[in-house]
Amino acid sequence: MLKLGVPSKGRLMEKTFAWFEKHGIRLSRTGSDREYAGTVDGIDGVGLVLLSAGEIPRELAAGRIHLGVTGTDLVHEKLARWESQVQEIEPLGFGHADLVLAVPQCWVDVDTLEDLDAAAAAFRARHGYRMRIATKYHRLVRDFLREAGVADYALVDSQGATEGTVKNETAEAVADITSTGDTLRANHLKLLSDGLVLKSQATLWRSRVAECDDAEQQAMQEMLDRLG
Amino acid sequence: MPDRADALARAAALRKRFEDLGAQVVETPILQPAEVLLDLYGEDIRARAYVTSDALRGEQMLRPDFTVPVVQMHMTQGAEPARYTYSGEVFRRQELDEDRANEYLQVGYEVFDRNDVAAADAEVFAQIQEALAGLQLRAATGDIGILMAAVRGLSTTEARRAALMRHIWRPRRFRSLLNRYAGRVAPSPRRQALLAAGDPFEGAGPFNGVRDKAEIAARIDALREDAAAAPIAAQEMAGIEALLKVRETLPFALEQLRDIAVDLPSITPALDRLEARTEALAARNVDVANLDFEASFGRTSMEYYDGFVFGFYAEQAPDLPPIATGGRYDALTRHLGRGAEIPAVGGVLRPGLILQLERM
Repeated sequence: MLKLGVPSKGRLMEKTFAWFEKHGIRLSRTGSDREYAGTVDGIDGVGLVLLSAGEIPRELAAGRIHLGVTGTDLVHEKLARWESQVQEIEPLGFGHADLVLAVPQCWVDVDTLEDLDAAAAAFRARHGYRMRIATKYHRLVRDFLREAGVADYALVDSQGATEGTVKNETAEAVADITSTGDTLRANHLKLLSDGLVLKSQATLWRSRVAECDDAEQQAMQEMLDRLG
Repeated sequence: MPDRADALARAAALRKRFEDLGAQVVETPILQPAEVLLDLYGEDIRARAYVTSDALRGEQMLRPDFTVPVVQMHMTQGAEPARYTYSGEVFRRQELDEDRANEYLQVGYEVFDRNDVAAADAEVFAQIQEALAGLQLRAATGDIGILMAAVRGLSTTEARRAALMRHIWRPRRFRSLLNRYAGRVAPSPRRQALLAAGDPFEGAGPFNGVRDKAEIAARIDALREDAAAAPIAAQEMAGIEALLKVRETLPFALEQLRDIAVDLPSITPALDRLEARTEALAARNVDVANLDFEASFGRTSMEYYDGFVFGFYAEQAPDLPPIATGGRYDALTRHLGRGAEIPAVGGVLRPGLILQLERM
């Protein structure tokens, strides 16, 4: 059975179902709302695996699912050398979100990464600790800042309500996913003009490591033909 | 691949060489407090070292090198002068190239001696070269101290010199700062508007966070001062650019650098040190006439070196990391010594790579 991993709840799940429906493949959840089981109609030999979007990269990399839908951000953050582990089949056109660096609006002197770096140096000299940036995307943000030559910062982990960390004085800046920027503005934060770390959207990925028997190979081909 | 027992035996033999030279054997814990390394290298170290933690001691790192713990040990209890040797595993996180080892043996030789710095540089280089005799390796050398002296001598504001010094080891940021200070990049319209504004805080929204209004105002003042400062002179820029390009055998490099010192007189003391080191190397029978010198060598990979730097490379196996590396790290001893400092130079060898090359 060819295994297709799909986000298990919310708008991401509904939009994924709708996207496949357009290609004549009907995905549906079975049983109660709390039971993560599903069926696939309109194509033979494909099974549905409902998972949290955050677990789909790992499952693809482990070869436990053949295909999976999740955000670019999660694949890039969670998989080292992601190109060697998964192949991008198709961006799905929804779930758009950008991973951005944002600082308090009142920092009128900070507009670019170069400013952030200079402010971080002064901040460390004044306060005795490195400027804290709250995020859950540690690897992406660290690589981005190293590439940009920003020093004297510390990443602090924030798994939710990241925009509130500045007001709560547990961080000086944030790196988080935003689709409209509304949450950032509401928390009096602004984007850096060159602070776009990654543009993300829901994407269909194929595992490069999952093994396929003949039937699975056939189902994969059928699936790719339908989508292509 | 050579097996671990062979690598351990070779490591022991190499360490014995250094012991016979009078070096004292030192051991350091594998788990190092993360704080010290984070303080030195910033977040970037997390991409290169393994971090672990427990609820009691907080974050710890698997030793990514010996130099930092050896310096700490020397600064708290060492007698002078001192020569140390060690052998053991270091751990390096590898996220890009799975062919690179994430755990390997290093054997090191470190000299803490304030009497004759040039002789100590030459001693470490020559001893490591001798330990590698028989392998066809190319040696490359450099001297971060020359670029640092050039920056310290620039006739511009202290703030600009400090910003450039801070980014000596980040060549791209260094270059973009230099271009801006030379007036080659115009400030953005937003920046011009900010500096021209009567009240820069107009429309800034509420103040929130730890970084307060006074700090922001102080940086605006700094930006205004910087905007008013004259660009770095063309002659000095030409000097720095020529310096960064020097790549020659040692005697010719020294000659070129002496020419560059006409535009950058502040590098002359550093060049005198380079010349003294060259003589000390020759006195140790190092073939200096054929020894490569690259002024930019070591700027991207070896953050704590601030003077002489060197590496040994296998040209027949260009994919291999350097077989040995080393250099001078006086500033590191100052940083970890809390006021105390001592000139220090050292190098490390990788016995596993040596065996691999011998069997090729």
